Amino acid sequence: MAQFESLIAANKRNSVLLVILFVLFICGLGALLGWAVWGDWRMAIPSIVLALAVSSVMALVGYYAGPRAVLAMSGAQPVLREDDPQLYNIVDELRLASGLPMPALYLIETPAMNAFATGRDPEHAAVAVTRGLRDRLGRDELQGVLAHELSHVQNLDTRFMTLMAVLVGVVVLVSDIGLRSIFYGGGRRRSRGGGGGGGGAVMLIILLVAVVLAILAPIFAKLIQLAVSRQREFLADASASRLTRYPEGLARALEALAADTAELATASRATAHLFIVQPLMARGRRAGGPGMWSSHPPIEERIRRLRTIGTLEA
Amino acid sequence: MTGLPIALVVLGGIVVVVGLWFVITYNGLIRLRNAVKNAWSQIDVQLKRRYDLIPNLVETVKGYAAHEKTTFEQVVQARQRGIEASTVKDQAAAENMITGALRQLFALSEAYPDLKANQNFLALQEELSSTENRIGFARQYYNDTVQAFNTRQQVFPANLVASMLGFESAEFFEIEEPTHRQAPKVSF
Repeated sequence: MAQFESLIAANKRNSVLLVILFVLFICGLGALLGWAVWGDWRMAIPSIVLALAVSSVMALVGYYAGPRAVLAMSGAQPVLREDDPQLYNIVDELRLASGLPMPALYLIETPAMNAFATGRDPEHAAVAVTRGLRDRLGRDELQGVLAHELSHVQNLDTRFMTLMAVLVGVVVLVSDIGLRSIFYGGGRRRSRGGGGGGGGAVMLIILLVAVVLAILAPIFAKLIQLAVSRQREFLADASASRLTRYPEGLARALEALAADTAELATASRATAHLFIVQPLMARGRRAGGPGMWSSHPPIEERIRRLRTIGTLEA
Repeated sequence: MTGLPIALVVLGGIVVVVGLWFVITYNGLIRLRNAVKNAWSQIDVQLKRRYDLIPNLVETVKGYAAHEKTTFEQVVQARQRGIEASTVKDQAAAENMITGALRQLFALSEAYPDLKANQNFLALQEELSSTENRIGFARQYYNDTVQAFNTRQQVFPANLVASMLGFESAEFFEIEEPTHRQAPKVSF
């Protein structure tokens, strides 16, 4: 079996598992806080529902209005077929290979090399490349990058990452509600729980644990979100290989991108995760680097995995 | 006497669930079979695109290398054979001829620098080379769709539905003649 098939299947499985884990985490967190603060874990339910409502509204606004905002913020200009027939052809060829409708094409006039894809589903998709990328990459490499972006569209990654944002938002809000309840309403627990002096010390420890959890939970949620983001990047690389049947093209493009040091001025921390490689620079190198806090996997690892497709290595 | 009604409800429930699964499986197979048909017709769309681009290319090159008659004739003849081909075998043979003839035509630009610099020629070169890619990708997509359809109707338990309702596996697009796998030689 072609390796990218098994890579893609494994990746999708992991994504589902992570979401399930996340939901369980939220339920556990809510139950624990509810029990610690109000003596009854069911008290968590209204908090979770409220948090879900608020988080969903915020995420949905981003989901529908986000693409246009991101395109405007990055200074992207639409590209028609007659403006750049070769670029159009490259994307049109991928459209044939994927069975997706043709996305809207955009160009960002900057020498920095990068690309991103946005849009809530394939019918409303937009793909943008920078002038630096367009001019400095060969046809196969450019096609590899665009295949990666189209794969994000095909895998409905915008939808998926919006779901992740909702879940993270719920954790943040539930933790916030929990913390506020502890500091402003914790007295209810102590007076209702009652009992002797021994009960008071246990109560305090429980409250302490709850506070620590409420502080750490958002951090933990953010880490999971970043881990999922890295997973989806690997998935997009594997899906791109499936589209082009030529992983070397994308591998060479990533090598060129790794060497590029120009920062993309119009990118920000909010939009950085959408790009094929980290657009923000720190101390002359791409920001984030390897590790838990990065939204993208290390470029060297991505190149290595691409070059093992079709071989016997793992 | 309360045993019988419960048993009937459970039985009814099982029948409903199995029925639903049957319908869902059948619909999925129909969708994929239609996707296979559509993917096949896409290949023809791209092949036609190539036929449509060739006359323009020949005219442009003639403007600079009018006496390269053999090369032109080869391209025009190959194109004609492709349009007239009725069997899959004839079409595959014609396709191979066209690819070879086009390569020779593009190779002419090495000998005629004015031609090489001509914007129209360059644009046509990009279009035709893109068309070759498109034909390849359309075939790839067709094969991917065939794989999905075949797998879906061969796995258990969907194969029960498939055989009951007359679904057959689709064929992959394959190169029939071993000689067609060789890259055509360019000579000038």
